[in-house]
Amino acid sequence: MTTHTGRIGPAPRPRGAGVRIASGFTFALGLPFLCVVAWGIWSTRSTNQFFPGPVTIFEAFVDTWAGRAIVDDVLPSLSRLAFGLVASIVVGVAAGTVIGLARWLRELLEPLLEFFRAIPPPVLIPVGMLLLGPTDTMKVVVIVSGAIWPVLLNTIEGVRATDSVMTETANSFQITRWERLWFLVLPAASPRIMTGVRQGLSVALILMVISEMFFSSSGLGYRIAYFQRNYLVAEMWSGILLLGLIGVLLAVVFGFVERRVLRWYHGMREVTRA
Amino acid sequence: MSVLSTRRLRFLRKLLLGIAGLVAFLVAWQLTPTLGVVNSQYLPYVTDVFTRLFEEFRDVAFWRRLGLTMTSWAIGLTVATLAALVLGTIVGLVPWLRRATHTMVEFLRPIPSVALIPLAVLLYGLQMRAALVIIVYASFWQVFVQVIYGVADVDTVARDTARSFGLTRRERLSYLVLPTALPYLMTGLRLAAAVALILAITAEMVIGNPGLGRMIELSRSAGDATGVYAFVVVTGLLGLAVNIVFRFVERRTLGWHQSVRGEEIR
Repeated sequence: MTTHTGRIGPAPRPRGAGVRIASGFTFALGLPFLCVVAWGIWSTRSTNQFFPGPVTIFEAFVDTWAGRAIVDDVLPSLSRLAFGLVASIVVGVAAGTVIGLARWLRELLEPLLEFFRAIPPPVLIPVGMLLLGPTDTMKVVVIVSGAIWPVLLNTIEGVRATDSVMTETANSFQITRWERLWFLVLPAASPRIMTGVRQGLSVALILMVISEMFFSSSGLGYRIAYFQRNYLVAEMWSGILLLGLIGVLLAVVFGFVERRVLRWYHGMREVTRA
Repeated sequence: MSVLSTRRLRFLRKLLLGIAGLVAFLVAWQLTPTLGVVNSQYLPYVTDVFTRLFEEFRDVAFWRRLGLTMTSWAIGLTVATLAALVLGTIVGLVPWLRRATHTMVEFLRPIPSVALIPLAVLLYGLQMRAALVIIVYASFWQVFVQVIYGVADVDTVARDTARSFGLTRRERLSYLVLPTALPYLMTGLRLAAAVALILAITAEMVIGNPGLGRMIELSRSAGDATGVYAFVVVTGLLGLAVNIVFRFVERRTLGWHQSVRGEEIR
């Protein structure tokens, strides 16, 4: 008989992988499932016409978005979003690197950038409308002019905060300017750049929707506003659902890209933490 | 002495360059319509915009609209912050609740809040309440996520120490959880304040409840380009003011914290 009453022996055996996966699954999907069920029950009893049940919304989703609507509304919206995002990342990173490396330029532009960053991006839509009219170019330009600031400012900060020992090492090894940019400055700034891109992503999505709600004859924002004006409640909900799905999808894709790009960085942080 | 003077020199240089940048921008703006690059009907002269701005500043109606925008901003931000603080603390402190809500949060958070504008209009019509739905939804997540991280970030050694010293739940909340979560909360608050302002103005533009955003939209549809630019400048100044105030508040409340102290020692 052992005299120990405490748990000095081997630690309790870890549960089997099957149990762990099952419990993870339950935790991940349990609450959403319960919410949908609760909503379904509530909507059959309630008479509120603005909250149709999940089944109705799902049917409306399939009817509305499967078919021509993908080509007519979803793809134009997404392509404007993609153009705007790519342009703001490319321009933001390029300009941010130049500004971040030259101190006088940074000091020259700082108050201006602070001001432009503080302008709420959606007010640029009327300005874009004045300058460019209700065109596709206007929407892309508006997306760029809103989403570029987080990318630009974070790039500037990231480039500025490059480790000085590494910069001096690069100098004394006489590494060429382009090599230094590619192997030192951009990698050093990449965590900050990715933070900026993440913020720019949500701004771009918002601007895509609103610019279409205002002046458009196609696109997701236009469709949702149209459904609302015509009291097509279930269809409107299906549009909100689609926008939510696009938001989640973008977040997932971004998370994947970020993990790939910053693999070295996360690895390094784990090592220093351990 | 010489250290002080170089620091002052550096500050002076920064100030002068900053002003030079601003002036250069304004001159470039003034020259663009003057040289006919863009018709002044679409890009008015800078001087006209500023004249208009000062006219508006003397108008009581302008201040009333500004007041309406800031009222919906303040109400929305307060409601969102309180809700996020309470829910975030509960969810952050209870591990199984955190796991259970994770999927919901990850799905609801990326939904662009402007997607809810049609729903808000259906529910509340063209009033401030419709705008508040959007503002609260958008700024809630900013604070909520930060509070969850902050509350869960309590140092394990400190927590065990507090337990073995027999601190009550309330003492642990105020001496352990609150100081740990405060920097996160302030970050969330600063982000939420900016987002709430963006959505207050957006809602006025799209929904049409009275305020600055509606004035931008009305000026545009009336073909009053000078008005559009003047109000855009006003919203920029408002955003700048909100940023500066909240950065200041953050510094004041976190004066004891490493992240702020470290900056000041340098």
